[in-house]
Amino acid sequence: METNPLQYEADMQVLPQGVMEEVLRRRETFQPESYTRSDVKRALCRANRTPEDFAALLSPAAGDSLEEMAQAAKSETRRHFGNAVQIFTPLYIANYCENYCIYCGFNCHNKIKRARLNDEEIDEEMKAIRREGLEEILILTGESRKMSDVKYIGEAVKKARKYFKMVGLEIYPLNVDEYAYLHACGADSVTVFQETYDLQRYEKLHLAGHKRVFPYRICAQERALMGGMRGVGFAALLGLSDFRRDAFATGMHAYLLQRKYPQAEISFSCPRLRPILHNDKINPKDVHEPQLLQIILAYRLFMPFASITISTREREEFRNHVIGFAATKISAGSKTGIGEHSHAVSHAGDDQFEIADTRGFDAVYAEIKAQGLQPVTNDSVFV
Amino acid sequence: MEKEKDDVLALGGKKFHSRFILGSGKYSLELIRAAVEEAGAEILTLALRRANTQAKENILDFIPETATLLPNTSGARTAEEALRIARMARELGCGDFIKVEVVRDTKYLLPDNAETVRATELLVREGFTVLPYMYPDLNTARDLVDAGAAAVMPLAAPIGSNRGLCTKEFLQILLDEIRVPVIVDAGIGKPSEAAAVMEMGAAAVMANTAIATAGDIRRMARAFRLAIEAGREAYLAGTGRVQQLASASSPLTDFLAG
Repeated sequence: METNPLQYEADMQVLPQGVMEEVLRRRETFQPESYTRSDVKRALCRANRTPEDFAALLSPAAGDSLEEMAQAAKSETRRHFGNAVQIFTPLYIANYCENYCIYCGFNCHNKIKRARLNDEEIDEEMKAIRREGLEEILILTGESRKMSDVKYIGEAVKKARKYFKMVGLEIYPLNVDEYAYLHACGADSVTVFQETYDLQRYEKLHLAGHKRVFPYRICAQERALMGGMRGVGFAALLGLSDFRRDAFATGMHAYLLQRKYPQAEISFSCPRLRPILHNDKINPKDVHEPQLLQIILAYRLFMPFASITISTREREEFRNHVIGFAATKISAGSKTGIGEHSHAVSHAGDDQFEIADTRGFDAVYAEIKAQGLQPVTNDSVFV
Repeated sequence: MEKEKDDVLALGGKKFHSRFILGSGKYSLELIRAAVEEAGAEILTLALRRANTQAKENILDFIPETATLLPNTSGARTAEEALRIARMARELGCGDFIKVEVVRDTKYLLPDNAETVRATELLVREGFTVLPYMYPDLNTARDLVDAGAAAVMPLAAPIGSNRGLCTKEFLQILLDEIRVPVIVDAGIGKPSEAAAVMEMGAAAVMANTAIATAGDIRRMARAFRLAIEAGREAYLAGTGRVQQLASASSPLTDFLAG
C-alpha cells in the first residue's frame, strides 16, 4: 500500500515548514509564459536580482537572451570568484538503497551488483584519489540506513579528513543531531537533491522508502545547517517534471534558507536525467543543452555568490565552456560505481547512472589552466 | 625625495614605503607576481583557506619573498574561528600579521563588527599584529584601537563590488578621529577612488577585484599605484580648502578696533 508522502515517519525530526510552504506556493504561482522580453531585460540590468527577476530569467522569453545572460553571468562569476575554479571528486562508498525511485540506477528493485566498502577499502579508495592530487571529496552512499548507518558514514568522514581538506556529504537526509555528529567527524557540507518540487509527481516517482516523505527531504538542508554544517547544496533532477518550475523552486529554496541562515554557503547542482543500468531509455526529455544553460545562468544571476557545480553527466565540451562563465566547481575522475578508484576492491558495485565526461584530475586541471583560469583544489578551512 | 623616504607606513614594528596593499585571491597564480611588481606592493593579503593546500601549485609559492604576508581569516564566522584560522596561518609560516575577517553573511560578505572586536582582543593577546576588516563605525573603530589593533580596515563598499566610496562620509569620520592607520579596504573599483581616499588621509588602500578583473592586470596595478601615490602626495601637500560658504562681501567683524 502506498503511503502518504506528507506523513513523517516516527523517527523523523519535524521542523517548522515555513520555508517549504513558501517554496511550494511560489512554484505553484510561477507562470513561465507570463514573462516578456522586457521583463528579461529589466532582470538583466538589475544589480541585486529579485525572485521576480529570477522567474523572468527562467521563462521561455529569456530563451533568446542566452548570450546576454552568459555575458552578465561571466562578470558576476569573476566578481565573486575571480579566476578560481574548484575541483573535487565524488566517492561512492555504498550503493545499497531502500528507496524505490523509478528513474534511479540504485533503486531497490533494480537488479544491480550491490556493494559496501569496508574500512580498508575506503582507505584504499581515498588514498588513490588523494594521489591524483584532489583535496576535496564528496562522500556518497545509496539511501540505506540499514546498510550504511550514520556511524559507518561518520567513520568514513573521519578517515577522509586524514587525506582531504574538505569533506562533503551526499547521503540520505538525517536529523539535526546526526548532522551534528557528522560535522564533528569532519564533514562541512551537505547536498540533498530534492529531485522534483512537484509534489504530485514526486509521489508517483518515489514509490517506497524514507525518501517518499517529501517534507523530511525538503527540510534536510535546514537540519544540516542547524547541525553546524557550513555549506548546503540544492538540486532538482531536471527532466522529472516541468523543468522551469523545478529550477525556480530550487533557487527559491536556497534563497529563502540563506535569508533565514545568512551564514550558509549555498551551492547548486544542475543534474539532468541520465540512462541507468537496465533502462537506457531514460533521458532528460525537454531539457536540452540550451535549457540547461539557461537554468545555470539564471542561478548565477539570481545568487551570484553561490557555488555552481557542473555535473559529469554533461559532455566534456559543455563542461569546459560553462566553467568559463558560470560554473565554479567541477568534478574530475568521477566514478558512480563502488570501489572503482583503486584496484583493491574485488566486489565492486554497479553505477548509479552513466557519466558523459570521464576525464581524470590531470586532464581537468590542464583544461582549466588552458582557459586562463585557476584550478583550486581547496578553498575551505574546517574550524 | 627625502620627504618620500620619510613618509613610511609603520605597522607591527615594520616600515613600508608602499601604501598599496594588494589582494591575491582572484588571480591566476602566475599573474600575482606581475601585479605585485607593477603595484609596487609590499604587503599582500591572502586567504589562509587558499594557502591551506598541498597542491602542486600553492599560492604561497607565487608570492614574491620580499612581500610581507597579511593572511586573512576568511571563512571565520566567530571570533574563536578567526583565532583558529590565525593560528593555522602562523603554523604555515605566514608570520604574525593577521587581517581579521569575521563574516556571517554569504551574500554581502559584510563584516560582523562585534565579533571582529572580540577576535581582535583574542588575537592581540596571542601576539598577532592585528588588522581588522570592519564596517566603518566610529564606536567599533575605537573599540578595536582599545583592543590593540595595529590599524583598522574599514570598507568603502561591499567587497568585490567595485562600487567605490559608498561609505565616504563615515570613512572621513574615522580618518578624523582614529589615531592608528586607517586602511581603506573593499569596494574600491577605480584608481580615482583610491586617490580620493588617500587625499582624505587614508594611510593605505587595499584592492583586489578592481585589478584582478581588469582587462590588463599589469596596467591597472600600475594605475592604482600611481593614483595612490598621487593621493598621498596631495594629502601631504595639504589640499586647498573647499569653502562651504561664499566669502562675504560685507564682513561682519570689520568694526573691531585695535
